[in-house]
Amino acid sequence: MDHYTMNLTLKVWKQKNKSERGHFETYQVTDISSEMSFLEMFDVLNEKLIEENREPIAFDHDCREGICGMCSMYINGRPHGPWHGTTTCQLHMRAFKDGDTVVVEPWRANAFPVIKDLIVDRHAFDRIIQAGGYISVNTGNAVDGNAIPVEKEKADQSFAAAACIGCGACVAACKNSSAMLFVSAKVAHLALLPQGAPEKKSRVLNMVEQMDKEGFGSCTMTEACEAVCPKEISVDYIARLNKEYLSAASLIDK
Amino acid sequence: MLDSKIPEGPLENKWSNYKGHVKLVNPANKRKLEIIVVGTGLAGASAAASLGELGYRVKAFCFQDSPRRAHSIAAQGGINAAKNYQNDGDSVFRLFYDTIKGGDYRSRESNTHRLAEVSVNIIDQCVAQGVPFAREYSGLLNNRSFGGVQVKRTFYAAGQTGQQLLIGAYQALERQVALGNVTMYTRHEMLDVVIIDGKARGIICRNLVTGELERHFGHSVLLCTGGYGNVFYLSTNAMGCNVTAAWKAHKKGAFFANPCFTQIHPTCIPVTGDHQSKLTLMSESLRNDGRIWVPKKQNDTRKANDIPEEERDYYLERRYPAYGNLVPRDVASRAAKERCDAGYGVGTTKQAVYLDFRYNLINKYGRAEASKHGIENPDMETLVRLGKEVVKEEYGNLFDMYEKITGENPYEVPMRIYPAVHYTMGGLWVDYELMTSVKGLYALGECNFSDHGANRLGASALMQGLADGYFVIPYTIGNYLADEISVKPIPTTHEAFEAAENAVRERISSLMNIKGNQSVESFHKRLGKIMWNKCGMSRNAKNLNEAIQEIRSLKKEFWNEVRIPGDINEMNPELDKASRVADFIELGELICIDALERAESCGGHFREESQTEEGEALRHDDQFLHVAAWEYNGEHNWKLNKEELEFELAKPTQRNYK
Repeated sequence: MDHYTMNLTLKVWKQKNKSERGHFETYQVTDISSEMSFLEMFDVLNEKLIEENREPIAFDHDCREGICGMCSMYINGRPHGPWHGTTTCQLHMRAFKDGDTVVVEPWRANAFPVIKDLIVDRHAFDRIIQAGGYISVNTGNAVDGNAIPVEKEKADQSFAAAACIGCGACVAACKNSSAMLFVSAKVAHLALLPQGAPEKKSRVLNMVEQMDKEGFGSCTMTEACEAVCPKEISVDYIARLNKEYLSAASLIDK
Repeated sequence: MLDSKIPEGPLENKWSNYKGHVKLVNPANKRKLEIIVVGTGLAGASAAASLGELGYRVKAFCFQDSPRRAHSIAAQGGINAAKNYQNDGDSVFRLFYDTIKGGDYRSRESNTHRLAEVSVNIIDQCVAQGVPFAREYSGLLNNRSFGGVQVKRTFYAAGQTGQQLLIGAYQALERQVALGNVTMYTRHEMLDVVIIDGKARGIICRNLVTGELERHFGHSVLLCTGGYGNVFYLSTNAMGCNVTAAWKAHKKGAFFANPCFTQIHPTCIPVTGDHQSKLTLMSESLRNDGRIWVPKKQNDTRKANDIPEEERDYYLERRYPAYGNLVPRDVASRAAKERCDAGYGVGTTKQAVYLDFRYNLINKYGRAEASKHGIENPDMETLVRLGKEVVKEEYGNLFDMYEKITGENPYEVPMRIYPAVHYTMGGLWVDYELMTSVKGLYALGECNFSDHGANRLGASALMQGLADGYFVIPYTIGNYLADEISVKPIPTTHEAFEAAENAVRERISSLMNIKGNQSVESFHKRLGKIMWNKCGMSRNAKNLNEAIQEIRSLKKEFWNEVRIPGDINEMNPELDKASRVADFIELGELICIDALERAESCGGHFREESQTEEGEALRHDDQFLHVAAWEYNGEHNWKLNKEELEFELAKPTQRNYK
């Protein structure tokens, strides 16, 4: 790999708190190495701002290895930036070249209010899980692990859905701010396993109801969510969700 | 002074005897008892969920925006359990013995044995919750092997095992939130523990969104706050991982045990420059199929693929023929450092070795797949193509991660790896019941010290976190709370809450009022450099003495020079970080003091003065067969308490992986 350095212009969303109006602010960064991660570039900028006695930019981040789902920047009009299947923290500066202008915004969705600068409130996702995103098994109830064989193909599909990191990029990318990809991934993860079968119907109905309550929009299948999902979760799971929902709603025997 | 409360009886019966005789709390009384759980990783989430299920009133706290983001999520390779599904001779005893031996005989035997016993329940529990472990075509669970071990007992979900286990625990936790048994406080950081009449009765925490300080009462307090690897600045930990909660508890009377037992993981992506903010692990499971090598020639500048087979030094296979690339982490890390220091390192910085998958990709997987497909005499191209498919399934996400970070394709060229700080075996001292030296204050998971001794074997951190949360604390906490049923919730207007909150408020305002010229980050980096250079992979008395002095003056400078922008009563990530770094600086001093005191090599703690002729770690069981539990007695002042270790079944011997 050939490494290089670059100077960039950044236009970053600044917003003091939930209630105040935000605005874009322009920053210059210099001597950025192509080996840095995108968030390390922000570290460099923040260090400079602190040195100049200015407010650093607040952003969410934690593991910096693409798995915790905390980072959430909307970069040049795309959640998590230009690389496919990548979180913001895994995006590296070799994706940019000298002289580029980079626009960075928070996730934009009614259900994800901005807390400060690039940080949003994603509690809505936790509340959707609370509505039914689990298998109701208390500690100590379990039978031997191998007493429940699971067809490998189904186990693999279930795992692929369970890979969701709950970052919310799907919502941010969607013109309707729909959370269908997130909800469908959880519904599919559990519905594909025999352990999840007993609560299949109530789970999907309750999770979808909570999703609607939180103010997420409807799905019109533009598939923008799949295109930006850092874990490449397929919209096929949305089809599965719809199937699960229809059969639960029409066959409900309560 | 230190009563470890190890139950009587033979080792293998201790836990069942204990469970059979421990005090119980009846369901009606459980509803009157409040428990605070700080941290929602595997230990915290599983504890909060299980205690909520039992009927206790639980309040859980995390600094992240959701409990699902705790750093357990980043664990890659797997979780051990003594299921013996592979019929390869595994048993509870072997898992126990491997863990004790891997820990270089510095763990408490009774705790480790209990860990091995409950390991089997963990897998069952997780499967029942819907954790999608890897499976065979039969539909049954698959296993792989891990370092320091000769059986296949590791359960996994590709390279995302921690994520899947944490999501299982998180979902169980959210279910309890929905049922009203657990109240969840996110973006909250614990800044002190409140002690009334010698018992932990609550916490002071800061709401990280508004900056407000809050008081919370609990009949007992559980710290599940993870490890302190970020004291080295660069580590595989998440950026937010910190020692603050454990350190506050330490300063309020909880002993800190074996702080110098820190684990340097052998296979991480090397540092690229000063901008580096963290290091990324490449799972140890890769050592199953990757062979580690350096060129036989010093300062060889050829590309890896241009170096012919006979000019490669597979130094782990050469030095440790019995375990080869699967030696424990401490051994593999030191061997990599030794080769690089001797001038055989690779890559631009020469601080790296190769981890190469080509041999097994072709010979192990390629050939097996060719045979499955009925292809006779397959050519190289076919073998590579077929082998890649299997490797992708086993390690795909790790290979992708490597490529994103380095820009190199590990299917084509060997990975470059180097050791990095990963896990901390030391932590708050706890007794058999996981209670610290403060009554009613417990420590679970990585933040306690008990199970891994001086070195943790792979795939056992997840096991310990979940063991403590699902299967240990629900039993042991009852033994304490049974005597607390008549205690009414103490109003948070109590003077002890008042005093604790005032102390926290004053500390925050003194931090904000320093208004110096240096950023928090710059201090953290400097602390990390001192720790890595003088208390890292190898340590000696001279360096440690220097480090202690340097850290003391760094502390002075920090409290005079740090600059924290913004205000107190708002979201202020720089203030959060400053408070954590201030605690790391104090901990750094204690780590060096402990490392200096322990004038022997064991596990991850390598003292240059104490090695065999072959350069292996040399223990001194006659002087150091104990847990060093440090008691805080004011600034720069600690008292050493020793818990002597007794080994009933696993007799200490020189570890031999040759």
